[in-house]
Order: sequence, then C-alpha cells, then structure tokens
Amino acid sequence: MKQNRIKTRYLVNFAALIVLFAVVVGMGMLGGNTMKLKIAPSVWQCSYLIIMAASLNLVLGFLGQLSLGHCGFMAVGAYAAALISLAFQRAGFYTEKAGAAFFLVLLISIAAAGVSAALLGLLVGIPALRLKGDYLAIITLGFGMIIVNVINNLPFCGQQGLSQGSASSALYASGLGFSNDEKMQYLWVAGLAVILCMTCMFMFVRSKYGRAIRAIRDNEIAASASGINVSYYKVLTFTISAFFAGITGALYACCNAALATSSFSFTNGSILNSVFIVVMVVVGGMGSLTGSVIAAVVLFLLNYTIKNGAWVSALPAFLQNVFTYPMLVYSIALIIVIMFRPRGIMGSREFALCDIPQWPGRIKAYFTSRAAGKAARKEGKSHG
Amino acid sequence: MITFIQFLITGLRLGSVYALIALGYTMVYGIIKLINFAHGDFIMVGGYTLFFTIPIMMNLGVPGWLAVVPAVVICACVGMLVELLAYRPVRKTGNNLTCLITAIAMSFVLENLAQAIPAIGPDPKVPYTLFAKTYSIGGVAVSQATIITVAVSAIIMVALYLFTQKARVGCAMRCVSEDKEAATLMGINVNHTIIVTFGIGAGLAAVAALMYIAQYPKVYTTMGATLGIYAFVAAVLGGIGSLPGAMLGGLLIGIVQSGANTYISSSMSDTFVYLILIVVLMIRPAGILGKNVGEKV
Amino acid sequence: MAEVKTPVLETKHLGISFGGLHAVQDFNIQMNAGELVGLIGPNGAGKTTVFNLLTGVYVPTEGTVLLNGVPLNGKKTHQFVEAGIARTFQNIRLFNDMTVIENVKVACTKDMHYSLLDATFRTPKFWKAEKEVTDRAMELLEICGLADKADILSSSLPYGQQRKLEIARALATNMKVLLLDEPAAGMNPTETAELLSCINTIRDRFGVAILLIEHDMSLVMNVCERIQVIDYGLTIASGLPEEIANNPRVIAAYLGE
Repeated sequence: MKQNRIKTRYLVNFAALIVLFAVVVGMGMLGGNTMKLKIAPSVWQCSYLIIMAASLNLVLGFLGQLSLGHCGFMAVGAYAAALISLAFQRAGFYTEKAGAAFFLVLLISIAAAGVSAALLGLLVGIPALRLKGDYLAIITLGFGMIIVNVINNLPFCGQQGLSQGSASSALYASGLGFSNDEKMQYLWVAGLAVILCMTCMFMFVRSKYGRAIRAIRDNEIAASASGINVSYYKVLTFTISAFFAGITGALYACCNAALATSSFSFTNGSILNSVFIVVMVVVGGMGSLTGSVIAAVVLFLLNYTIKNGAWVSALPAFLQNVFTYPMLVYSIALIIVIMFRPRGIMGSREFALCDIPQWPGRIKAYFTSRAAGKAARKEGKSHG
Repeated sequence: MITFIQFLITGLRLGSVYALIALGYTMVYGIIKLINFAHGDFIMVGGYTLFFTIPIMMNLGVPGWLAVVPAVVICACVGMLVELLAYRPVRKTGNNLTCLITAIAMSFVLENLAQAIPAIGPDPKVPYTLFAKTYSIGGVAVSQATIITVAVSAIIMVALYLFTQKARVGCAMRCVSEDKEAATLMGINVNHTIIVTFGIGAGLAAVAALMYIAQYPKVYTTMGATLGIYAFVAAVLGGIGSLPGAMLGGLLIGIVQSGANTYISSSMSDTFVYLILIVVLMIRPAGILGKNVGEKV
Repeated sequence: MAEVKTPVLETKHLGISFGGLHAVQDFNIQMNAGELVGLIGPNGAGKTTVFNLLTGVYVPTEGTVLLNGVPLNGKKTHQFVEAGIARTFQNIRLFNDMTVIENVKVACTKDMHYSLLDATFRTPKFWKAEKEVTDRAMELLEICGLADKADILSSSLPYGQQRKLEIARALATNMKVLLLDEPAAGMNPTETAELLSCINTIRDRFGVAILLIEHDMSLVMNVCERIQVIDYGLTIASGLPEEIANNPRVIAAYLGE
C-alpha cells in the first residue's frame, strides 16, 4: 500500500511537470507585446533565480554550510557559455540564432558552463573540508571575489571577447544574448532547464546522498561514526551545487547581450548577488527545495513590481522612499523571518501536490499544538 | 629603494587602519563567536558623522579632529542598537548559521538605510581633509596623517590590551568569551558585557574612520563593506579572538595590498589578499596567533 | 595442528598523549566474537579516550588497533566503521532534524551501492537498495523497541529511547565490534532493564563483540563476562567480574586511598 502511494505521488508530480512545461511552451507560441516585452524576459529571469536558489540550498540548507560566493560560480558559467558560443559563431558554425546548428551550440554551452563551474566548485569544496561555519563563509566570499577579479584580468574575457578581447570588467560580445524574439522562441528551453535541474536536485536529496549530507549538517561527528565519508560528501555537494549554478550562468548569458563582472559580485545594488540568493534560500526554508522555488518566484515578483512601481506609488511618501532601496526591505524581512522562524518559512517541509487534501488538518494541528505550547509555558511561568 | 620604503610606509598606514577595524571584529567574535558583518558599516556611520561634524567643530574654533568624539559616541550607540535589536533576539532562537546570516542582513540594512536618508544619499561626498601636511625625509614623503595613524593605532592597541587584562569589564569580557554559563554563575551580567563589547568595537570603528578619511577623503555608503572585508580578513589571518593577532594581520594585509599595488597590478591586489587568507587558513585553520579548539567528543 | 583463533578486536600498546599528558598508555585488550567486555574506571580515567582511539577520532601516538588481525593505522573514522567498529556516544549525538528511521538509514549508506545516475534516474537498482535499507532499518528499530516511532523526529524522542536509537544506528553499520559509551546513563531502573535485554538480544542475534563503558556497577557486573579497569590512562586490572570486585587496587582507585 505504501509502495502504491509513492507511485501515485511520482505520477502526480510527473503530470504536473508536464502541464507546467506545456504552459511554458504555449506561452512561447503566443504573440503580443506584453508577452514578448514583459512576461518572456521575466520567465527567463525567474528560471535562473529558481535554479540558483535551489542549488545554494543544497549547500546552505542541506549541508548546513554558508557559501557567500555562489554568484562566482554563476559568473564562471556565464562567461564559459558566452565565450564558447562566441567561438562557434566566429568559426562560422552558425550565423543566426536558429536551427539545429545553433541549438547544438546552445546545448554545448550550457553543458560546458555547468562543467566549468563544477570544477571550480570542487576547488572550493576542498577548503570546506578543513573549515566550517564562519571561516568557510569568508573563504567562499574570498573565492567569489577572486573569480570576479581574475575574470576582470583575463584578456579573452573582456570587451569583444576571445582573441579580440582585452582585460576589462565587461564582455560585450556573446554568442548567446537573446533578443526578445529569441527569448520567446526559446522560452521552452528555460522551462525545461528549470524542470530538469529541479528534478535532478530532488532526486539527489531524496536518496542516500541527501540523507548523508543532512546527517553531516545535524552532527558531523556522529555522521562519520555512522560510516559517512564526510569529506567526500562535502566536496560532492559543493561540486553539484556549483554545477547547477554554472547552468544558471548559461541561462543568464542567454538573457543578457553583455556580461559585466560587477553583476556577480558579493554586493551590488541589483537583485542578482550572493546575498540576495541567501535571502531567497533562508526565507523559503533551509532544507526545502520547493521553498526555494516559491521564494525565488515571490521575491522576483516583489522586486519586479517594486522596480516598476506597480503598487509602491499607492504608499505614503516616506515608505516610497524606503522602497527605492529594495535591498533594505529584503534585509529587514530576512531578519524578521530569522527571528520568528530560524529555519525559514517552509523549514525543511516540501510542498507536495498530493498533500493538499491534508492541509486543513495540518493547519488545525499546528494551531492546536501552538496553543498547547503557549498554555504549557504559561503554566510553567506561574509555577516558576 | 625609495619606492620600497614608500610602499612599506603606505602599507604600514593602511595596515594600521585595518588593524583598528580588525580589533572590533576580533572583540565581538571572541565574545559571541559571530562575524559581525555590520562592523564595516559602523565605519561608514563614523565617516558620515565626521563629514557632518568636522565643519561644526571648525566653526566653533576647536581642532577638526575633535569631531571624533561625537563620531565615537554615535558609532557606539549604533553598535549597541544593532546588538539589541537584531543579534540578541536571533541568538535566542537560532544557531551560529542564522546569527551569521542576520549579521550580513544587518550590514545591508545599514548601507541601504544610509542611502535612504536624504542628507546622505547614494553619491560619494568629500569631507574636509585633516592632517594634510607632508614631511620629506631623505626623499621619502611621509604625511602627518601617516604618523598619526600609526601612532594612534599602536596606542589604542596597547590600551585595549591593558584594558582586557586589568580592568573589571575587560576581565568580564574574557570570562564571557571563555564560558558564558560559568560567567553567569560567577555573577557576571553576560548581556551587559556583550553590549559594552559592541560599544567599544564600534567606537574603535569611528576612530578608524577618522584615520581612513584623512588618507582617502571620500565618504560613501558602501565604503564600509570593502574596508570591513579587508579588516575581517586581517582579523582571521592574525587569529580571530586575539588582539595582537588583529594588529599583525592588519599590518600584513596592508603591506601585501600596497606591495601588490606597487609591484604587480592594482586590479589584482584583492586576489592576493584572498589567496593569502586561503593559504593561511588551510595551513593554520585558526589563523597565525589563534588557538585551535577542536570539538570535544 | 590446533587453529589459533584471531580475536575480533585486539589492541597492542595503544596510547595517546596530549602535549605532556599521557591520557592513555599501553592499553591492551583482546575480544572474541560474541564476548561482552566492560571497561570501567573513575571519572577522567580515559575510558572515552580509549573509544576515540578505537574509532579513529583520535590518532594514537603509539600502538595499533587490529580488527580480525588487520591493523587500522592511519585510517579515518568512517573507514574504522567500514572495517566493522561502531560506537554510541556518551553525550547523545543524533541527527535531530531527521526522523527516527532516517537516523538508522544514514548508517546503512556505506552498504548502499547505487551511483548518482541510479539516484537521478531512479533505476531499479535504486529502488531495490532503498527497499532493502528500509526493511533492515525497520528490523533494527523492532529490536530496539522503536518500530512504532519510525516516522517522528528523533529529537522528539524521550531520553531513554534516544539512547536506544543510537544503538540501533550503530547496529545498522553491520559492525563486528560494538562500543557502547555509558548507554544506561540517566536511565531509570525500568529503562535500564529494557536496555539490558536489548543488549543481550543484540549479542545473541548478531554474535558481535561488545565493549561497554558504564558507571552502573550492577549492570556491568550482571552482563559483562570480563572487565578491564583503567585509571589515569593505565590498565590497573582485568579479569572476571568477581575478581575485579575484590581487587584491592580497583577498590583503592574507586574509593581513593
């Protein structure tokens, strides 16, 4: 009977993913200016934010190590994808961004982005063996900065790229760099990338690998005393996390005609920085992949509407002033979430379609247990 | 040779500022095992306070550097507020990881809050230049600011060391950093001690701000972020929790940076700073002068 | 020619010093399969240090640990476990944010031989391994009397059951030698009695050698076949329970001279 329930769950989720994919494909086929100018670019942005948040969650939520240089891996992926596709273009392998030849290049670029980031992740994983907590955070921050710094100083990563480039903080030529029309045309690529990456990550955490890294998070000494090769699993997780971050880099390179290293640094004003990704993971729930997905989408929408002033103009003047600095709002929100739910809103729970029928009961149980807890504390106080 | 001495002097000056900031990191880390990411932003707060108060002091006819007094007071208040409003509640419910994330968030709050204040805004501002006089000794240019920076940080370092060894509050700090529960049992008010530590650390950041703007007369809201990261690297390098370590790490980072600027390329100096950090931590995970404490099984 | 039986666990002149302090010196023990040996000594005598040496948490400064005659020098903790030495902890170390059954499954990880690709594509190999592990974990929880608690968080178990879960988790590693570090600490007499029967079941069923650190003398005297006593890192006596109970050096060490 239990086996059957698992099968149903897999079937329901599979069906839901197919529906989701069909929706994205359908959106790509639709016409209209709103679709082309607003929705398609948003879907692309969302797609890389989702994968980014989920991949950081592997390290932060499941392995329990804070990595502050996650955008560095994305930068590596983005530059790798942009340069490789550019090389193909300069070699005359494809001339326009359509057709089988280009599609092959797109695939190669995405794979190369993932692999190159994964190799760097392997490198970052090694210090993770000796250091943990705060020290590791600062090391990863350093690695992120070194990556950006090195890219700035590589002649083939700047200006026009490859042999025509010179050391610079921006790469103006990219073989990818979709226009709005192409974003529509390849919208399904973004959708498919999210679905595939998320599925892979789910399979990873719902296996012996996931159990092992959660064990390491909870108690490293007990994990090794249970026969877990802590070093191996740590490095593996860093590598896998970096691999997916690299893939998001390739998606980013598809979205943007020019790459600038400043967009991948630890702190910058825009939505894409290592801290904002941390915000998504923590708010969504450390140890909940679906939480990361939801948080990424919600925070993207929040950011988008703040930037476009959809509802901000309805607020009183002093609040409007605050919303011109969205990072302020996010940071305060982050602190508040941490104060009241230290493991994030979803905690380590996952959103599952099959569980929706049980929601009313669970919500009721939650409030009952809360009330019971409060009463118990009151009791304790009156006695104490 | 002159280039070499010049680079050494620049490194020493820069390093002294880093050392002052690193002290704040080290004190807070020693006591609550938290990297106070917002510490860098206390420098920014100090910088802006100086920007506003130096002209007032000059108008009153007193030396401009006296503006450091209100700067220290304001910074100390901000430091204590941050502890009270954010860190303390989170420490109660969360673990080390959540505290660290809170600290990062707090740093962003301060930076963006400063930008949201109309009188500050996002654009850099140029404060009045202090200690601008330059002496030339055998072809080597030494500014008054350099001498004062190095002297002040050396004096503060010694004073702070004596304070933690001899003074009552200083001893309480060392107790709390060793063992919070035991300190409570000995009648030490742990929360009070932590607040005082934050106050002193942030106050030092204000002094560092004065030294820094004497070198680079520019204040902007993200000035603390980069400065703070270097100083933090210095603190970790020297061995976090150790006051002499902070000094050593600060000078080392200052000299490495200035060396990389002079002899290699200014755009690569960050890379060298982090490479040194990574290498040192790989060899000595607790830093050069730090104590390595393993988990008891 | 009579066959010389190799002991399951054997140590030769095992010792460690921290700085100038000799925490454990010249520790020798031989254990055969199915044997239950007690390790006792006053507080701070170095009992837990011996366990840390036997599981690779500390690297000995002298001597060797042999498992079935194979030396384990230079191996890491997880390799000790793979070789067949498992332990529990004096201060409970469970995986608090995982369920009871997951705690046990973690310890089976080393015996699960599917790859990342198997996990990603959910191949039959994956399902088979997962099913085997679930069955095995349930069986072990059954033995330790925790089967009905399989799906709750391990941190919400009462204290005595948390200790039992630690034992179940150690059993899941398929060990040949089980090291129990004060399993009865903080338990009431009923819980201790349950634990006792649990330990006996384990020994009968799996035929493992068990080394037990315990302060509850009645428990030690009841179940252990042999007892080894250490004080200040040195073995001061070893033998049958009744010999130990009457040994003047042991009495002196416990009561002070």
